Amino acid sequence: MTVQMSTAAIGDSGPVPAPKISLRDVTKRHDTQLALDRITLDIPASTFFVVVGPSGCGKTTLLRMLAGLDAPSEGRIDIANPQPGHPQNSMVFQGDSLFPWMTVWDNAAYGLTMRNVPKARIDDVVGHYLNKTGMYGARTLYPHQLSGGMRQRVSIARAFANDPDILLMDEPFSALDEQNKTLLHEELLRIWEETRKTVVFITHSVDEAVTLGDRIMVMTAGPGRIKTIVPVDLPRPRNVVELRHTPAYGELVYDIWAQLREEVDRARSREPGSKA
Amino acid sequence: MSSVRTRSLWSDRAISILSPLVLLGLWEICARTGIVDVRFFPAPSNIIGHLFELASSGALWRHVGASLYRLAAGFVVGCVPAIVIGLAIGLYRPIRAAFDPLISATYPIPKSSLLPLILLIFGLGESSKIAMVAIGVFYPVVINTAAGVRQIAPIFLDVGRNFGASRFNMFRTVALPGALPLIMTGIKLGAGMGLVLIAIAEMVGAKQGLGYMIWNAWELFDVQTMYVGLFVIAIIGFVMNAGFDALERAIVPWRKG
Repeated sequence: MTVQMSTAAIGDSGPVPAPKISLRDVTKRHDTQLALDRITLDIPASTFFVVVGPSGCGKTTLLRMLAGLDAPSEGRIDIANPQPGHPQNSMVFQGDSLFPWMTVWDNAAYGLTMRNVPKARIDDVVGHYLNKTGMYGARTLYPHQLSGGMRQRVSIARAFANDPDILLMDEPFSALDEQNKTLLHEELLRIWEETRKTVVFITHSVDEAVTLGDRIMVMTAGPGRIKTIVPVDLPRPRNVVELRHTPAYGELVYDIWAQLREEVDRARSREPGSKA
Repeated sequence: MSSVRTRSLWSDRAISILSPLVLLGLWEICARTGIVDVRFFPAPSNIIGHLFELASSGALWRHVGASLYRLAAGFVVGCVPAIVIGLAIGLYRPIRAAFDPLISATYPIPKSSLLPLILLIFGLGESSKIAMVAIGVFYPVVINTAAGVRQIAPIFLDVGRNFGASRFNMFRTVALPGALPLIMTGIKLGAGMGLVLIAIAEMVGAKQGLGYMIWNAWELFDVQTMYVGLFVIAIIGFVMNAGFDALERAIVPWRKG
């Protein structure tokens, strides 16, 4: 396995900037089971990159490798060095990931505290993002006193406050109801428009992918391979609710569903008890 | 919190205060009407009267003081290594492999049966009593601390790593607070066990302490003093538990309910 970080290539004559994240033939096996098969992929800076795929296609494995929490079995992952003073990535985890033993404030400040950022700066940044996510008023509460939607907002504030080069989001809204999800999509897009960080966002919802993404990568049923990458040419800033009325949105959802459908059917045919 | 829940909390509390009072009242009636033999079951009013006599003569305080000192010293001696070893067992696989069989093999031995051995090793002085308490405190704390670390959800370790926690910060911000609710459970169990063992240890080769007071009263057939000793031990246990509950609420504010 090779994981290394490189600075962007300098003196390049072409107008194309070096990708922020670059994967070459990345393969991951869990024991002998092939989870990801030769993923080769470039993600440019400031892109909102969405990955969709059927359950068990290795989406989360891919994200964990980008986060450095797992190593590829083969192939290499190159991630551009972060700007000085910024961590390379921060993750918004799937499910409850706030420390139950810390207040909302301490949870949101966690990354900055671990990096020994001066307190005055922590107060500024954490205050800013708790305001943005509407959680400032709840800053002294503990996670068990919050609803699922509120906890996920704090989790987003924690990742943004850490001010990473790359944001990794692993189905952050999958456990939420439809109304909460729509509101959080709006909030996320609003914050993202301000920072334009590189985002890798994993979801199983096609609607969510089209609403948020610049590019959507559809993965095959396990072992995960790249089926196709679809550009999303919907104008920004996007209004989450208005967007759904536009024909372009409907077409994209339809196309991606059609692609994904094949893979979901394949994944189902392999489930125990299915007639395949 | 809803008012219904508040009300039921209050009625729970009222019941738990009333039930021992009702029991004492029944006992008093039975003793005074001769339903029970007062040589074995003296009336609570007599016991309380005797308690005040012993307290004002200073004898009671001498015994209580001796027992509390041994209890506190044994608690510290048993608890501190138990937390350190428990955290290490929970965090590091080789340490778990080394300690787990030792602990599971020695845990089922009744601690009171170790008293002769402890007397042999530490002699008749203070240190044998402190050692007995320490042994009683050690096991529940070490077992619960190790379990406390192991039940921390892996996602919290991932969060620590992803947000750049150092090894020390991993320990301080994830492992210790994550295990704290179970550590507190272990401490409460251990303190109760320590109280049991101090009473037993003081019955052999001690010149003061509540265990000695009870044993000595038996030898003199001074039943009232015996009951005073039992009452005081019960009160110490109750106060200790209430104290640990308050401590737990203060240092584990995220625990629900």
